[in-house]
Amino acid sequence: MALQLDIVTPEKKIFSDTVDNVYLPGADGEMGILPQHAGLVTALKPGELRYLHNGKVERLAIGSGFAEVSQSKVVVLTDMALGEAEIDELNAEEAIKRAQEKLQGVEHSMDAEEVAYLQGVIAKSAAALHFKKTFRH
Amino acid sequence: MANLRDIRRRIKSVKNTAQITRAMQLVAAAKMKKAQDQALGGREYAKQLTQMLFDMRKNFGEESHPLLERRQGGRELVLVISTDKGLCGPINTNLARKIKLQASPDAHFVTVGRKLRTMAEKLGIKVIADFTVKDPVPFSQARPIAKFITQQFLDGNYDKVSIAFTSFVNTLRQEPEVVTLLPIQGHRKGEEQAFEEIGAGFKVEEHENDAACDYIFEPSPAGVLAAILPLYVNYEVFQALMEARASEHSARMVAMKSATDNAKKFIKELTLEYNKLRQGAITAELLEITTAMKAME
Repeated sequence: MALQLDIVTPEKKIFSDTVDNVYLPGADGEMGILPQHAGLVTALKPGELRYLHNGKVERLAIGSGFAEVSQSKVVVLTDMALGEAEIDELNAEEAIKRAQEKLQGVEHSMDAEEVAYLQGVIAKSAAALHFKKTFRH
Repeated sequence: MANLRDIRRRIKSVKNTAQITRAMQLVAAAKMKKAQDQALGGREYAKQLTQMLFDMRKNFGEESHPLLERRQGGRELVLVISTDKGLCGPINTNLARKIKLQASPDAHFVTVGRKLRTMAEKLGIKVIADFTVKDPVPFSQARPIAKFITQQFLDGNYDKVSIAFTSFVNTLRQEPEVVTLLPIQGHRKGEEQAFEEIGAGFKVEEHENDAACDYIFEPSPAGVLAAILPLYVNYEVFQALMEARASEHSARMVAMKSATDNAKKFIKELTLEYNKLRQGAITAELLEITTAMKAME
């Protein structure tokens, strides 16, 4: 019994194939999805997504987003999905710095949405950095 | 009868024009490729997001989020996405015609792109806000637009928000479209129709088994809904912007190509005429010389 996994970002479809299992960084903690899982919609927080594909564990750093599990299909919508090789540490560090500077600027204006967005950027880049450090070859 | 020098001058000026249109065609072609890739790449995300909302529809009623609430009034706000520059064929006029047909006559407008903004002034349409968007479209510029129209809707200033843009079909074809953005439709209880979608030709899939639509939500149904709906609005606006941009560059490329072709044809005709005249002039001259020689003998 296989599980159809689709990983989609606004730029392109990152992955679409059958896998044996998927581990998602859910909003309330990591969750493992096996075939025949009950219908589920979950928010995702930035972190590590891994799946078993052709007997090999593949890992991706993903940003925030949503995942939908239905019947034997998992759809992951996220604003970032990068493999270890694609993460640029310097880039990520700069992104965090820029976002933090901006955050200090807007916090006074109490623009809740902007603050949430910037915090999202920071969390996303931090997750990518952490991922890179953990799985460096 | 036109003289030789006049024709020569005209050929020169047409050649100049052809050079310019050809340069514009090449620039548009390069931008077109990028814009088309971006728009097509974004479709999958928009599609999956829509599908997700559709699958969730049975779990929520209209009352569960203000963005879903259908109101009685007819006050409409239309977000119009036109181009900043002209010379891109008929896409702006086509869009204007489509709006006239589909939007309510006393609708208010939010414009993106200069072309329809200036046209709106002439037509006496009320524009409440105007945005400019860079090329290629960055997502960060879609957010303020989405935020503005969402706010207008939530404040109760308008009962319906539509979005008018030119949908990209292929390089030779772009379709003007007006679709309803707010209240978010199609994932209401008991309503099975596929809902209007940004991006050509997409229909949501129906699950055969209704039980499959009973979902567990994490962290909570309300939490998921409150996060996913604004995201949906953002990405619909973003996708519409990208579609419009891809259409613009495609239309401009095609328009400039036909202009270049026309100019080339024109040059050919003028050259033919020029050569005929030149030949006539030479013959006349020869004739004069021979007659003069004959007369002297």
